[in-house]
Amino acid sequence: MTAVPANLILSRDDRPIVIAALFIIVILIGGTAYTWMHFGSAPLLSPNYLLQQLQIGSFLGIVAAGMMIVILISQIDLSVPWTLAAAAMLATAIGGPWAIPIGLAVGLIVGIVNGIGVAYLRVPSMIFTLGINAVMRGLMVAHTGGFAPQTAATDLMRYLAAERTFGIPNALFVWLAVSIVVVVILQRTALGRYIYAIGNKEAAAYLAGVNTRRVTVICFALCGLTAGLAGVLLAGYSVKAYQGMGDAYLLPSIAAVVIGGTNILGGRGRYLGTLVGVILIVLLNSVLSIMEMPEAGRQVIYGAVIILMLLVYGRGERVTS
Amino acid sequence: MVAPTGEDFLVLAGISKRYGGVRALENVDFACARGKIHAVLGENGAGKSTLIKIAAGVVQPDAGHMRLDGNAVSFASPSAANAAGVVCIFQELSLLPDLSVADNISIAAPPRRFGLIDAKAQRRRAEALLTEIGCEDVNPLLRVRDLPLSRRQMVEIAKALGQRPRLLILDEATSALTSADVERVYTMLARLKAEGVAILYISHRMHEVEALADRASVFRNGRHIETFEKGARSTAEIVQLMIGRDIATQYPSKPRRPRPQPALRIENLSWEKRLDQISIDVGAGEIVGLGGLDGQGQKTLLFALFGVLRGVTGTVSVNGRPVRPGSPAGAKAPGVGIALVPEDRKTEGLMLPMSIADNLAIASLDALSNGPFVNRVKERRAVEGGISRLQIKVGDKNDAVSTLSGGNQQKVVIAKWLMTQPRIVLLNDPTRGIDVGTKQELYRLMRELADQGAAILFYSTDYDELIGCCDRVAIMYDGRIVRELEGAELTETNIVASSLNIDAASSAAAPARVAAHV
Amino acid sequence: MSSAAEVPAPARFRFEDSSLAIKLRQNVGLVTAIALFCVIYLLYHVAHPKGFSSAVLVQNGDEIFTLAMVAMAQTVPVLAAGLDLSVGALMTMVGCFASYLLSGAPEGTPINLDLGGLHLVLATLPGGTTGLIVGMILCLVIGTLAGLLNGCVVVFGRIQPIIATLATGAIYIGIALFLRPQPGGKIDDDLNWAMTNSLGDFASTVHIFNDGAAPWFAPLAWIPVPFVLIILIAALVWVPFRRSVTGRAVYAVGSAEGAAYMSGLPIERAKIAAFTLGGFFAGCGGLFLAIQTSSGNADLPQAGAYTLNSIASVVIGGTSLLGGSGGAIGSIFGAMILRVISFFFRIFDIAPLLQPLFEGIILLAAVSIGALRMLRVRNTLELFR
Repeated sequence: MTAVPANLILSRDDRPIVIAALFIIVILIGGTAYTWMHFGSAPLLSPNYLLQQLQIGSFLGIVAAGMMIVILISQIDLSVPWTLAAAAMLATAIGGPWAIPIGLAVGLIVGIVNGIGVAYLRVPSMIFTLGINAVMRGLMVAHTGGFAPQTAATDLMRYLAAERTFGIPNALFVWLAVSIVVVVILQRTALGRYIYAIGNKEAAAYLAGVNTRRVTVICFALCGLTAGLAGVLLAGYSVKAYQGMGDAYLLPSIAAVVIGGTNILGGRGRYLGTLVGVILIVLLNSVLSIMEMPEAGRQVIYGAVIILMLLVYGRGERVTS
Repeated sequence: MVAPTGEDFLVLAGISKRYGGVRALENVDFACARGKIHAVLGENGAGKSTLIKIAAGVVQPDAGHMRLDGNAVSFASPSAANAAGVVCIFQELSLLPDLSVADNISIAAPPRRFGLIDAKAQRRRAEALLTEIGCEDVNPLLRVRDLPLSRRQMVEIAKALGQRPRLLILDEATSALTSADVERVYTMLARLKAEGVAILYISHRMHEVEALADRASVFRNGRHIETFEKGARSTAEIVQLMIGRDIATQYPSKPRRPRPQPALRIENLSWEKRLDQISIDVGAGEIVGLGGLDGQGQKTLLFALFGVLRGVTGTVSVNGRPVRPGSPAGAKAPGVGIALVPEDRKTEGLMLPMSIADNLAIASLDALSNGPFVNRVKERRAVEGGISRLQIKVGDKNDAVSTLSGGNQQKVVIAKWLMTQPRIVLLNDPTRGIDVGTKQELYRLMRELADQGAAILFYSTDYDELIGCCDRVAIMYDGRIVRELEGAELTETNIVASSLNIDAASSAAAPARVAAHV
Repeated sequence: MSSAAEVPAPARFRFEDSSLAIKLRQNVGLVTAIALFCVIYLLYHVAHPKGFSSAVLVQNGDEIFTLAMVAMAQTVPVLAAGLDLSVGALMTMVGCFASYLLSGAPEGTPINLDLGGLHLVLATLPGGTTGLIVGMILCLVIGTLAGLLNGCVVVFGRIQPIIATLATGAIYIGIALFLRPQPGGKIDDDLNWAMTNSLGDFASTVHIFNDGAAPWFAPLAWIPVPFVLIILIAALVWVPFRRSVTGRAVYAVGSAEGAAYMSGLPIERAKIAAFTLGGFFAGCGGLFLAIQTSSGNADLPQAGAYTLNSIASVVIGGTSLLGGSGGAIGSIFGAMILRVISFFFRIFDIAPLLQPLFEGIILLAAVSIGALRMLRVRNTLELFR
């Protein structure tokens, strides 16, 4: 047998990550060509501009990290938009040293409630989290009277979200920390194994003595926590919380996870892919902004890119048995 | 119309098929004739499944050609094969669980009125076909999901019959049936045979093959080894052809010793209407069999012990300490130490796309972790230990477990549980659909485990196996244990008699003997 | 053999074994939804100051129709075990097309395409009633084609439906925004009047049945047109589809795709048909919404809300999100239940601010009550199927 070096073979999980990374380079080259021709400059290649884009992208990245965990157990969390907004609104409303803990606690509690509904009542997550999203929205609308809250983010929130250390946005450090935690959970802990096992075959995992309900609750709690963290940071970045601040994070976070090669039906996917997926979406957005693409064109391109990427990744297997 | 009997109907010439790097069939020549029941024998991975999949149009061969009734054919899909009169009853049921029995039976070509499906005609058709195989008790309106496994199998057979096959392929089609249903299927096959239908029959139950087949072909490692007429070869010869080597004794010898202290004691266990006051002991080092007709509560009992069922009454004690696990997680906890090897390895035993190593470690991660973190060194050692203990044939332990053959997959399920070092091992029909060689390895392993002090409760649908492996056998009927057989009482006649819940005195009566013959 | 003792006792009729009981058990979700709807809708009329009047019915019908259609649109792919996240966007896009095609200008409606300075005159719709009918058919064709595209991406691209339709949904919204960057357009007034009122108004607008004054017609004149349309679409499109071979294949694919393949069913055709029919239903919804509001509006949040409410309607109507069981009739009732709940806010004068909260709580309560049966499950393995 001829020995093929293992590192030359791309596993099924790695392929999408490499392709998405290549596509990021295509976006950078295409965007730079455009700016060079139209404005004679290349902002996309300036580290400062890229860092600024990644800073904005870090909020999406943090949401996507939690979303990925939930998708891995073949569930989904549609309550992210108003979990995020509620965390932001309550954090700014409380203010002071308790602002951030309160924001995170809101996310955690919502996540736990989601998890209980899905794991114990066995309501489909698509529906239960949808209902929770409506409830959170209702609570927040009632809380604010439907107007933009007048309270402002605390200094610490602003420090974490908007300021820089050694020229690098602090938000990136937070995103990095979240990423490390998620990677460690998925790769090194028993919890991580259970997550993949449940995503592949929940009944088999249950019969192997995995406490599937507890794992499900933990996954939703983690997802809620990341949504809460993103809310706190986004409020810090924008100085205040506002209605509908989370709406722009739901579908992009799911898209980022999927573009990164995670199976939407659960059980397969690597965190690195989600990271690459987030960067792809962020850069695509910034190139489209530079091109002053109207919303109509953005949406079409956005949809086309998702379909294209998945087609390139290799299509799913045809069911024949 | 009676077609001429004995004339070759389906002829395969030079058929080869590979999956990735694995040769499933290599240059196979094979023929089956009208009006004959032709058994196909072989271990798992011998190529039987690929053979029938090619005949039924599920997969296409890489090389070679097929002739059906003298004409060259190639089937692009199962429906193309059906249209040509080739109908297959698959081992994995091809029924649609959410559709009604009537829908399922007429799924391929439903009766229509004005272009739409005629529900009434469809129902009448289902009733007629079910009557034909003696299953009048199944209401065609019921969803298949709501039927027990044995009834589903009969619906599957009715469905195949409704397609008026010229070649009928049965792939382990009787594995889930009750003895009474098996008799009905035999009657049906005899009638089809008389009508000139060619029948291909695949079964791991040697006595079935002996009772039914006019002719048998043995496959091994993707090659056609030999075809012979009924009676030309003894069982021992056939088994040797299948595994290609000698087998010494089929079952490991049982130790002679007094009954040990009970490790698992079950008293008055009841659940819903399915388990009725079950009391039985299993000693440390003992293998206790659960016998009886399929669906008499044996599986339910195992699930009840494993914490899967809610609302169980009665007491269960392990080493004298009462336990009441509320979930499999509770049952495998160190203080209890129960393991269950489930019946359906594909949906209950394994996470098929995950690696062999991940599947092996999943049940014992608690013991292999320091705090929340998995200790990779310990994990690797445990996984390698499990692989070598059961001699699982793996290329790389990081390959997906779905790449293994059925027998090796089952070994992974068992190894996974042995790695938790259980005191009590519950086995739910672990040798179903497994080849002879692996079966024997499993029998040896069970005895070895028992010798090391485990208490084993072993449900099997195969009476030979129960007699060969078990120290004692408890026969269940309608949710109760009707008899415990031990020592010299442990005979096929007694098992069959108790299974039908007729007392031993009348066991010479006709029904028992017929079933025993089965 | 003839001795009386050997004659078996006649089998006692047991209701739980009868065909009716089996059908009821198998459709418990649908039956519950219908019962729930009847109860709350009666309560609504009792509580409403103008309850049981044609005016209230007409208003309700107008508000229910679009969601009912979008819920039906969602049902068909869900039965095939695929979710369609593009229904709201598709509906919105068709509405934007309608706002161009149904202006009812007497001189006819030119269809132009402006692409970056390129001006193409594609065709001209005739004026008057013919033009309106052609325009409506065009709208439905557009919706059906978009559904067909969904189906093709799922089947030939072999992309998971939930992601494929997330992407195509973005494309449809993009097209809608391209057509209507701002809300606008116009719908023929007569068309608007005829479609969104009672049968009597319809007859007098289109001049049939003696302008609606025919004596035999009088007892029917109070019925709102939207309800009639829902019944017609359900009876003429959904019911035949369900009983067709393709329709059954849709159920089969959702129930067990592998078994469906083994049974020789046309899997790919079934999936494409499911999404295409979904596109048609969503197109009906978009067309009506445009007629009702007399404009086209590429409202992204509204499209999202319709998609999510369609899923909720499907579940409340007793269709399993896992596919294979349920049906579009249930979804219609699911949609009506959701809408009637919001009607209650108006009559009980609940602050509009609290509406989303109550809607969410009621949705959660509805699905959780269904989930209570989980607590009765005695074999925990059944929870996983």
